[in-house]
Amino acid sequence: MTRMRLTRPAESGAALPDVDMSTSLGPLLLPDPVLTASGCAAAGRELEPFVDLTAIGAVVTKSVMLKPRSGRPTPRMAETPSGMLNSIGLQGPGIEAFVDKDLAWLRQRGVRTVVSIAGSSVEEYVKLAQRLRLADGVAGVEVNISCPNVEDRGQVFACDPAAAAQVVHGVRRSTAPGVAVLAKLSPDVTDIVAVARAVVDAGADGLSMINTSLGMVIDTDTLRPALAGVTGGLSGPAIRPLAVRCVWQVHAALPDVPILGMGGIWSGLDALQFVLAGASAVSVGTVVFHDPSAVARVSAELRRALAEHGFGKLSEAIGYAHRGEGLAVGAAPDEGEGAGAEG
Amino acid sequence: MAPVQVRGEVLSNRRVGAYHLLTLVAPGIAEVSRPGHFVALAVGGENTSMLLRRAFSIYRVAERGVYGGTVELVIAPKGPGTRWLADLRAHDPVDVVGPLGHPFALPREVVTATLVGGGYGAAPLFTLAEQLRARGCRVDFVIGAATDAKLFGALDAKRISTQVAITTEDGSTGERGLVTDVLPAMLARNASDVVYACGPMPMLAAVARVAHAYGAHSQCAVEEAMACGVGVCMTCVLPVIGEDGVTRMVRSCTDGPVFNGDLVRWDDIGTVPADALGAPVADGGAERSRAGAAVGGSTS
Repeated sequence: MTRMRLTRPAESGAALPDVDMSTSLGPLLLPDPVLTASGCAAAGRELEPFVDLTAIGAVVTKSVMLKPRSGRPTPRMAETPSGMLNSIGLQGPGIEAFVDKDLAWLRQRGVRTVVSIAGSSVEEYVKLAQRLRLADGVAGVEVNISCPNVEDRGQVFACDPAAAAQVVHGVRRSTAPGVAVLAKLSPDVTDIVAVARAVVDAGADGLSMINTSLGMVIDTDTLRPALAGVTGGLSGPAIRPLAVRCVWQVHAALPDVPILGMGGIWSGLDALQFVLAGASAVSVGTVVFHDPSAVARVSAELRRALAEHGFGKLSEAIGYAHRGEGLAVGAAPDEGEGAGAEG
Repeated sequence: MAPVQVRGEVLSNRRVGAYHLLTLVAPGIAEVSRPGHFVALAVGGENTSMLLRRAFSIYRVAERGVYGGTVELVIAPKGPGTRWLADLRAHDPVDVVGPLGHPFALPREVVTATLVGGGYGAAPLFTLAEQLRARGCRVDFVIGAATDAKLFGALDAKRISTQVAITTEDGSTGERGLVTDVLPAMLARNASDVVYACGPMPMLAAVARVAHAYGAHSQCAVEEAMACGVGVCMTCVLPVIGEDGVTRMVRSCTDGPVFNGDLVRWDDIGTVPADALGAPVADGGAERSRAGAAVGGSTS
């Protein structure tokens, strides 16, 4: 019996190739490019038995709102081919309890933390940012302007460049300069580059892409929508090509803007796709439900994949697929050991 | 204790009535699990398109030196994930996370306990019965299911308990009807102090009500659809009243699966009660009425 946790970097570090995995998202410096994804890791604590949270890039917490929120009724989830649909509805304790308990726990453990915030008005986002500015232990703020599970789809600021920019402007102004502000974008737009440009102009240090895409499942036993919330956000490997395309398009248009790429990352090679498309770091989301140690595993696999392609630094691979020249085909893997996961 | 993720291996897989009894070598889990704990299994193999883990309460554990500990699970094949598990053969690998959740609370004093199991939900009650007996408690059992083939553990129950009642909805074995048809008489006759129950949600709701009416404390292990089992996905919530009297939408994986039956808002499952912490205000009516349409839908 081999324990799955062999893939934890702390336990298999000696076997890993020497690749400089450090990266940055604006002012946020990360020793490792693989983070959790908002809504897929709670506030980190539940994953502690499976992953060394201080070794991963960062914990991106579940979006927190000003007040406690119950979320939506059940059923909140439906499995779909290589993915799932969720309509949690931003259940959470509210910012005060979050800062007192969750953030305090993360800070005490020394976990790099990106706090995801969600509001229903520009003013709410600003208040959240102001509250976080008073708290210790916030390395970054991810502005969730793209949650599809809200009563009023009009709340999806990320579908409107001007509204998205207003929110990001307010948050940036209320956040300390050394703390990264990342805007989380929705794929459910006609022109994601226009939204990206608007939030960058409004002061975003980087872009988190992508949030879930709105979907629906009908239960053929009950003949009704499978989710109590009717529609939900589709996530998992099913949306990976959509996410890679979004990262590709935005990086092509805004090559200097750091991107935190996410959407169905299962393996190190999946993560590599995002990096090659232009992501400076990646988040592993839904796959954590399948494999609670996935964040550490993906990091180890990405490191091996980079080494096999001859990259000595992660930063050399960022956006590499955009280059006109041929890919680095040399530097063949010297042995079979640790060939990384297959797609 | 903290859960672990292990690459388990199938030791055996055999049919028991409508179910499969799956024995997994899962070192590090068997040794520390207690009655009411559950495990979450990945299904579909390495290139699976089924992302979500399937949760199963632990039927029995054994510490078999050579292999490490084993856990036994009862699988009811009903969807692609559970059918995949039912088709596993000896030596097949299975990724196991566990032990998960809060187990049944054991009484400090010697009490009279009635254990109620519905279908394969009865699985965790037998190790519980053994531990209760070891503490000198009297144990009675009510085992029920839709049909004889879906009864689980009737023989175990007879061996372990003082008194056993069996019900099937079609009358193929025992009394025709539901567990709650025979439970009141059993509680009255034996002056039960505690009811431990595991089974489908409507059964648990009815059992909790009966227990309350007869002055018995109830501990109910709920079956709610989960995606992760470890507390990060927030899909398996149900309304439960806290010690402070406030209703919260709590996770059945990490806050449960065992709850005090008096504190679960059984009638409000599938909704967010208007007085729950953080419930939608003002225009919340639309959201609540939509919830009425939702039944079933658990991952299988």
